[in-house]
Amino acid sequence: MALYVTDATMGQPSTIWIVPVEEDLENQTDEFIRKIVITGPKATVASWGDLNKTIYTGHEDGTITIWDAETGEKIKSVKSHTESISDMQWSKDFGYFITASKDQTSKIFDGKTLKVMKTYTTERPVNSASLSPIRPHIMLGGGQEAMNVTTTGAKQGKFEVRFFHLPFEEEIGRVKGHFGPINTLAFHPDGRSFASGGEDGFVRLHHFDEDYFTFKYEEETLE
Amino acid sequence: MPPALDTHLDEDELAEIDFSDIEERYRVDLPTGFDTVVVVDNVPVVGDAKREKLLTMIRKMFSNMGAIKDLHMPTDPKTGESKGFLFIDFETPEGAAMAVRHGNGTRLDKRHVLAVNRFDDIETYTSVSDEYQEPEEEPFVEKEYMKSWLGDPRARDQWVMMKGEDVSIYWNNKGEQPDLVHSRSNWSDMYVSWSPKGTYLATFHKQGIVLWGGPSWSKIVRFPHTNVKLIDFSPNEKYLTTWSHEPFVTPEGEHHHIAIWDIVTGRKLRTFPLESSALGQQDGKQNTVKIDWPMFKWSHDDKYVARMLPDMISVYETPGMGLLDKKSFKIPGVKSFAWSPSDHILSYWTPESGNIPARVTLTQVPSRNTVRTKNLFNVIDCKLYWQSAGDYLLVRVERVKTKKSTMTNFEVFRMREKDVPVDVSEIDSNIEVTNIFWEPAGPRFAVLAQEGQKILCNFYQMVTAKDTTAGKKGGPSATDLAQGVKLLKSVDAKGTNQVIWSPKGRFCVLAGVRAFQGELQFWDVDELILMNTGEHYMCTDVEWDPTGRYVTTSVSWWRVQSDTGFIMWTFTGQVLAKQSVPFFKQLLWRPRPPILLSPEKQKQIRKNLKEYSKQFEEEDAAQTKAVSREVLEKRVRLWKEWNEYVARVRDDYERAKDLRTDIWGFDPEEVDEGEVEGVEEWVEEIIEETEEIVED
Repeated sequence: MALYVTDATMGQPSTIWIVPVEEDLENQTDEFIRKIVITGPKATVASWGDLNKTIYTGHEDGTITIWDAETGEKIKSVKSHTESISDMQWSKDFGYFITASKDQTSKIFDGKTLKVMKTYTTERPVNSASLSPIRPHIMLGGGQEAMNVTTTGAKQGKFEVRFFHLPFEEEIGRVKGHFGPINTLAFHPDGRSFASGGEDGFVRLHHFDEDYFTFKYEEETLE
Repeated sequence: MPPALDTHLDEDELAEIDFSDIEERYRVDLPTGFDTVVVVDNVPVVGDAKREKLLTMIRKMFSNMGAIKDLHMPTDPKTGESKGFLFIDFETPEGAAMAVRHGNGTRLDKRHVLAVNRFDDIETYTSVSDEYQEPEEEPFVEKEYMKSWLGDPRARDQWVMMKGEDVSIYWNNKGEQPDLVHSRSNWSDMYVSWSPKGTYLATFHKQGIVLWGGPSWSKIVRFPHTNVKLIDFSPNEKYLTTWSHEPFVTPEGEHHHIAIWDIVTGRKLRTFPLESSALGQQDGKQNTVKIDWPMFKWSHDDKYVARMLPDMISVYETPGMGLLDKKSFKIPGVKSFAWSPSDHILSYWTPESGNIPARVTLTQVPSRNTVRTKNLFNVIDCKLYWQSAGDYLLVRVERVKTKKSTMTNFEVFRMREKDVPVDVSEIDSNIEVTNIFWEPAGPRFAVLAQEGQKILCNFYQMVTAKDTTAGKKGGPSATDLAQGVKLLKSVDAKGTNQVIWSPKGRFCVLAGVRAFQGELQFWDVDELILMNTGEHYMCTDVEWDPTGRYVTTSVSWWRVQSDTGFIMWTFTGQVLAKQSVPFFKQLLWRPRPPILLSPEKQKQIRKNLKEYSKQFEEEDAAQTKAVSREVLEKRVRLWKEWNEYVARVRDDYERAKDLRTDIWGFDPEEVDEGEVEGVEEWVEEIIEETEEIVED
């Protein structure tokens, strides 16, 4: 199955559509299995929860909602962010996910309870956030709206990907290079590199140095 | 239907209930209705013949003060003559007030001085009890020690930060997290301001200004001045000047926009109107009045306050706020003035007028003796710059050189020397001086100037006459006088528009603030070396702490809406801490009062600094250790908690393994190790085929 989300436009409400994906192309139809109409602020991001049982959406007002994928009913909803959600990425084991929001913060939510586990604050709207598969780090990227770009630092490459230590919520490093706001980020599944895409039209592939994998806070090694 | 109200009381019971306390509380004094009536006493007793004449005279006299509704002069029925007093009923209560104010005490003729009073007043005074009632003694409330912050064992300074609607006061902990002293939301409607010696914090409110202080930050005193917009403290924190768009209306009907208050008692000492020329700029369009603030300038010891009006300077004496000697200083054409920061001397300058050349004058207050004057020729403009200890006054003179060009020179008055000699220094004509900054209490000043496209910062030092004339034959010559102002160094100050000296002198920061990019240069002017450069993009303010150890550069939300916050630097230009604060508005160091130790004691401390340093270094080390221990413990806890959480999540994931494998069709966790097949494929592509027949 696949899901896609339609926007609240042309008089239509924001809706999640669930469609079948057939192994055999011949059997593919364009009929949908189910649709979930979203009342209230429109959905800006959506993803499947674990085991195809649930669908998670992020909304324009900062709300996160869990839907039952089979019945289309709203299971739970929480408003922790104050502005639109731009991205939502799961951890490898579907226990928690990280969100990126225009309210200049990024948060880690527990998948079942939607409790906020961690918060990372920056001074710019966050457009994308990703969890490292192998280290206790997260990365964020963002930047001002394209129309406000001239008011920020004009230096080249001022738009940075920022790395935070996940449990300590402290910034550990930045990677410069983009000269426009960063719109999307993703760790490679093996955690040894990552990709970033920005408003400047560039996709950058980064490979970590060796000491990225070995550096640790003293507190991580204490028992 | 809601149940009917059942009071459970019948009429009699209701009557028994005592409502008197509520009645007392809500009782409103009804207007007596006589506030337009005045009683005029000591009127000549007249018979019928003169009655009309007297009434006409009284009517004429009092109709100037307000429109009269009715006049009544009672007659004694026995004698047939008037009783010697009369009642006047005015159209408005204001008319009655004017009559009392202006009529009372006026002489009617040789034998009669009128006494005019409000009718209501006479009622009130006759009902005052004849017995003396002693006023109740209020219990003594001990005031807090206002200078408690100076006793911090670690000698830290405080600063106040305004962030969004919150105002918070912190102890400065160098680079580490500051300790919060007090915080309040919506403490001020506009901004906050410290008093010059750090004792009070002033906050703005719709109703006026409130001063706070003491260790518990309680309200000390309040000044009601509706919609106050500007304030100015006197240097010794005795008085406060306030200005508002909304004026106090005096009984005469004048609009007074400015008030001067006594801080200790909270009394309004005097109010002032704006000078008429400032009002004239209203043009009837908008209420845009150009204000030069502070309009009232204080002498260094709070004894006098002065204001410049067209062609005069009015000096008032505190606390009575009376005009000094009842006479202003008449100075035709006076352009600007300033007090000496250390003596009762007024400095001002007047432009050329008729035969009299332009002139800078120093006058003694209150004697009005001239201390020094200097005539200047071809003057376009002058600006006065006093050194903070009152040792020097630098006058920057712009004069006409040729039809098109102007030139600048500095006239420096040496205040401490006999007869106040003036050193003249001419500035190169292709250099345009933008601003001058004296070193606090020092003999040096920095000049920011533009030479073509370059921006320069020149450091000058006032060299004493002794140095210049040593070894010269005869008296000082013209060139010797020029050596009074010595150029120490000229520095490239690209991107700079302000020089901010440390309050203790010696060090300064060259900064490009507001419209500039926030480039910073940290200079040691004793050694004349650039210690460090730095940058705070879009920096709007630079402030030294009162001890000269730290500098904060900040970006205020009032001017720039993104990346607001501040950076804390050491005086050498090392970054101690960077704090990004959304909606950051201002950060102000709490000023310290002047040092109480004698110069000898200060010298002694400096000599023994090494010994004291040892103790301080130990304290610092212990402090950082304590801080890092806290951080360490916190991190260890966070790490443990997170790992436990991750383990639980992992467990859940594992438990659902079978279900997952069903859905996926395979176990996504299983990685195919070593079963990678390397396939090599050769593809041949014919690019070109040519046939060549080789001849034998």
